[in-house]
Amino acid sequence: MIEDFKGFLAVYVENWSDWGPQIYEAVWVTIQLTIASFSLALVLGLLLALGKLSRIGFLRGFCTAYIEVARGIPALAILFLLYFGLVPLGIVFDAFTAGAIGLGMSAAGYIAEVFRAGIQAIHKGQREAALAVGMTPLMTFRYIILPQAIRIILPPMLNMAIILLKDTSICSLISTDELMLRAKDLAMMSFLPMHLFLLAGAIYFCLSWPLSLITRRVETMMQRGRRQTFGG
Amino acid sequence: MMEVGLAGPLLQVEDIHKSFGELEVLKGVDMTLDRGHKTAIVGPSGCGKSTMLRCINYMERPTSGHIHLDGELFGETRSGDRYTPMNEKELARQRAHVGMVFQGFYLWPHLNARDNVAIGPMKVRGLGKAEANELAEAMLEKVHMSHKIDEFPERLSGGQQQRVAIARALAQQPKLMLFDEPTSALDPELIGEVLNVILELAEEGRSMVLVTHEIRFAREVADHVIFLHDGVIVEEGPPKQVIDKPQHERLRAFLRQIVEH
Repeated sequence: MIEDFKGFLAVYVENWSDWGPQIYEAVWVTIQLTIASFSLALVLGLLLALGKLSRIGFLRGFCTAYIEVARGIPALAILFLLYFGLVPLGIVFDAFTAGAIGLGMSAAGYIAEVFRAGIQAIHKGQREAALAVGMTPLMTFRYIILPQAIRIILPPMLNMAIILLKDTSICSLISTDELMLRAKDLAMMSFLPMHLFLLAGAIYFCLSWPLSLITRRVETMMQRGRRQTFGG
Repeated sequence: MMEVGLAGPLLQVEDIHKSFGELEVLKGVDMTLDRGHKTAIVGPSGCGKSTMLRCINYMERPTSGHIHLDGELFGETRSGDRYTPMNEKELARQRAHVGMVFQGFYLWPHLNARDNVAIGPMKVRGLGKAEANELAEAMLEKVHMSHKIDEFPERLSGGQQQRVAIARALAQQPKLMLFDEPTSALDPELIGEVLNVILELAEEGRSMVLVTHEIRFAREVADHVIFLHDGVIVEEGPPKQVIDKPQHERLRAFLRQIVEH
């Protein structure tokens, strides 16, 4: 049994000079893809949330519809649409760009709802007090509402980041050269699928675990009181 | 500073109506406030007194009627006979001249007492941090809260929070102070400290409009009392007249009820 396990590990050692650099490169793409799509989703999500809370009917309708549709379509469908579907129109994205935009557009629907819930959780008196001292609605949002909303939003937002990190793996289906695709290619070339998919799984875990720890840490800080959260 | 209106009254409320959907809360109210004067608005719950106060700084936009502050049309611009609502930026500039104290305090929980007071002057009037902090310290001293200057709202009692909220409004260096039932959310033993601060401000000669349930306090602090009932002013005058010699039966009934409490 122990011998089997040693033998299993030996395969990694044996192949590492070949796999190592490739895996390393692919992990870096996965990280970049996560950062790019999450950044897009944050910006887009915030705008959508503000639109959904807006008093302008047309804007509210559009943003509400976007959020519903984005949450109702599989991210993969959006990826295929961006990568293959737009080609006849002469719009061609490379696999990384299509992946980042597609995942970002999809996640924005969820992130918008996180923002909206956080913003709506702030009592309307908070806003009125800010308007009363002469702040414009924009100042009110920036200095009064958002800082409070972020405290509420942060844990679910980190959760979204974890989900997105793992969801980058579906970009392998549009040939974005990230961790999952590279693991699959190496598995097929080496006929060692168990080794490579275990390795890929372990790497995803190692990337998301720290995010989970941070999320838990942030949640405890929130419960302890506001002052410790951002050093007041 | 605008010198325009110095001759006229500080505040003019002209035939304000306010409806929420079908419900008409204010059915045409007028009031005039001279500089340094204090008006108390009293009346039963739901009579529209808070709405009337909130219309003064356009926290609620009146359905019709006009407000003038210091001779300047408030919340609207006028060309000929046409009135157009102001944009939010212009409105903010005007609101900065009116301090407001809410029943629910509404201190900003992510800021300590000093920053709650200082952030307005910094962002609205563009004061530097040092200058704004100095102002905040002076205002907090006025409301006897210097000892809690670094505390966050959650660590303050209701009375202390309300005093910081008053300091925050004072830091605007407002022409007019509005108090919307400032003690209604407080435990009985904390009411006194807030009323004392308001009384001190009144004695400084500040102009204020006050919505309150505290009839005895209204008599002490105000020089004019308005009794509002069902969205109309039923009776008004100096407190000695309105509170001590009420003419209308509805006002008498209201005062009896308050005393029995």
